[in-house]
Amino acid sequence: MFSLESLTTLVQDWLNKTFPPAIALLFEFVIVGVLAIALFAALGLVLVIMERKVAAWIQIRLGPNRVGPKGMFQSAADTVKLIMKEGLTPDGADKFLFNLAPFIVMMVAMLVLAPIGFAKGFHIWDINIGVLYVSAISSVSVIGILMAGWSSNNKYSLLGAMRSGAQMVSYELSVGLSVLSIIVLTGSLNINDIVLSQQNGWWLFKAHIPAIISFVIFIIAVTAETNRAPFDLSEAESELTAGFHTEYSGMKFALFFLAEYINIFIVCAIGATLFLGGWMPFHIGNWESFNHVMDYIPTFLWFFGKTFFLIFLIMWFRWTFPRLRVDQLLNLEWKYLLPISMVNLIMMTLVAIKGWHF
Amino acid sequence: MVEEIGKTAEGDLIINVGPQHPATHGVLHLVITLNGETIKKVEPHLGYIHRSIEKMCESLTYRQFIYCTSRMDYLSAHINNHACALTVEKGLGIEIPERAQVIRVLMDELTRIASHELWWGAMAMDLGAFTPFFHAFRERESINDIMEETCGARLTMNYMVPGGVMMDLHPNFQNRVKTFLKLYKQKIHEYDELVTGNIIFQNRMKGVGYLSKEAAISYGVTGPAARGSGVSCDIRKLYPYEIYNQLDFQEILETEGDSFARYMVRLREMNESIKIIEQLIDNIPEGDFQAKTKAVLKLPKGEFYQRVETARGELGVYIVSEGGTTPYRIKFRSPGFSNLSCLDHITRGGKIGDLIASMGTLDLVIPDIDR
Repeated sequence: MFSLESLTTLVQDWLNKTFPPAIALLFEFVIVGVLAIALFAALGLVLVIMERKVAAWIQIRLGPNRVGPKGMFQSAADTVKLIMKEGLTPDGADKFLFNLAPFIVMMVAMLVLAPIGFAKGFHIWDINIGVLYVSAISSVSVIGILMAGWSSNNKYSLLGAMRSGAQMVSYELSVGLSVLSIIVLTGSLNINDIVLSQQNGWWLFKAHIPAIISFVIFIIAVTAETNRAPFDLSEAESELTAGFHTEYSGMKFALFFLAEYINIFIVCAIGATLFLGGWMPFHIGNWESFNHVMDYIPTFLWFFGKTFFLIFLIMWFRWTFPRLRVDQLLNLEWKYLLPISMVNLIMMTLVAIKGWHF
Repeated sequence: MVEEIGKTAEGDLIINVGPQHPATHGVLHLVITLNGETIKKVEPHLGYIHRSIEKMCESLTYRQFIYCTSRMDYLSAHINNHACALTVEKGLGIEIPERAQVIRVLMDELTRIASHELWWGAMAMDLGAFTPFFHAFRERESINDIMEETCGARLTMNYMVPGGVMMDLHPNFQNRVKTFLKLYKQKIHEYDELVTGNIIFQNRMKGVGYLSKEAAISYGVTGPAARGSGVSCDIRKLYPYEIYNQLDFQEILETEGDSFARYMVRLREMNESIKIIEQLIDNIPEGDFQAKTKAVLKLPKGEFYQRVETARGELGVYIVSEGGTTPYRIKFRSPGFSNLSCLDHITRGGKIGDLIASMGTLDLVIPDIDR
């Protein structure tokens, strides 16, 4: 069976045989870096075209259809345009912070990628606190957004950044609590362990109603945390023109744009890992033959399939719902989602202690 | 904080919304004073698209000046032309053939639906939902096709002339309209499913931008915006022109006075317009489409006033004639201008999002305000 695990071990063994360990490690760094950047570029292109096609499909129109077959190269053309554009820095802006902000947002998005398991035995960093690492690092991106909003010296940007700050800090709590409710079941923060614990069924189906509740809360909260509609208050086109990145142009804008899509990918990957079994094929208890058939589908296809399904869900939200108002947004979190997820966590703990899950 | 609202103080955030801004739908300039997200004051600045249409009309003949008015409220071009034509006819004392009257009413109501469709899409877009815009345009397109066929233009139609309409209906007109009616009835439920019933939408609209009945009257608000506050002000009912008094339709009134009431008035008004079209489409009388008029029109000395109900409210046309071929003075009482005046009143104390939502339900067309 085709597996990426053999590939990685092959490369690692060869490097370790040929070079001294220090040099081999260096080569591994380079390979991983190149792969991560390549994945980023590919994801950016794919997700942008996907969003536009999904939007077009929902809005009864065709979407981009001129560049390449069925418009598939549209986002490549857009990238070329954005690279060619001048990256303006406004006069009154704090130049250092203004130019730093997009890179912070981008770097955070890149760092979060490290512990995610893309396929069986195929991850950059098998760290034992994987989930904790992800939630810790992803909260740094709010600094980049606040920095962008403040340093632009623009009132719209400032308002957008303040909204974004309030929003991301509050919704992180719900994300954390719903992630925690799965951790309670697995007893491990290691992403690999979490995936392996779903060998005989995904947590979404195994752990009764609390898991479904926390999945729904997770999806709502990550939509808010990535500043996507209906929670895109920090951009809020009709209110704040473009929110925190009003003053950005060219590639600096593109970095924010790309980081948004990478963040969506990452939160969906986390969601897929926690609730839908990551790269684990669809298994049902002890139906041996069924499970065996499912195993024939390569694990990376399972991972990307689940992730893109969740991404599609989030895109679907964006093109269906109107935007919330800022006070309603915070009410939703503090008055509804947070108490519900707290109670849900207790219920989940009960399920875990009593062993009620399958 | 509540007592501070309405007063500005040192340290308030003052933001220019517009003249180029996605939510003002044109070149409206609002200077808003904010305390955090709370709006303390909204000050509209006008004049960015002032083309002095009223002054231009003074140097144009009674046939020519009507074409300028299509560019005022470009979403109800027919109704603007209609108002002007009616005023000139009043001055001349012409009797309009019945066929022309029916055609005019049909066109008015089609325009009203098209205008409300665009408003519905644009307002949903103001609230951050992009998809309704395309759904609204799907139906609006077929109205535009009807207009294109009969009037030769899709947006700034110049179809109504003193004495009737410019040319006869296209032979395809009735079929097209019937196809549109069928399409509309198939699709209208999507409007409620996609937007009206949405919990986020209702939370954004209900209790927001409250305009009391008294305030609506004192600000001179007309049209659906006033009818959402329970003010009966439908000119088609109160001062019927053409054949409106023979038609069976309702004046839509809601009493809540909030943004949602104004929204519902427009949605229900579209159904009333459909009802009017259905009554007329099979009963277009035969005959002339234009009364015989002189080549050069001269209004007798005096003052003439006529009001009609556009998609946005009451449009009044006031002509002062010295007896020549051109008007001495023309004044348009445009609905948008009066409706805009209540914006500060209804948005004070709300959030920025409320301002956008309330502005959306007032349905402002900026060239109508500036003229």
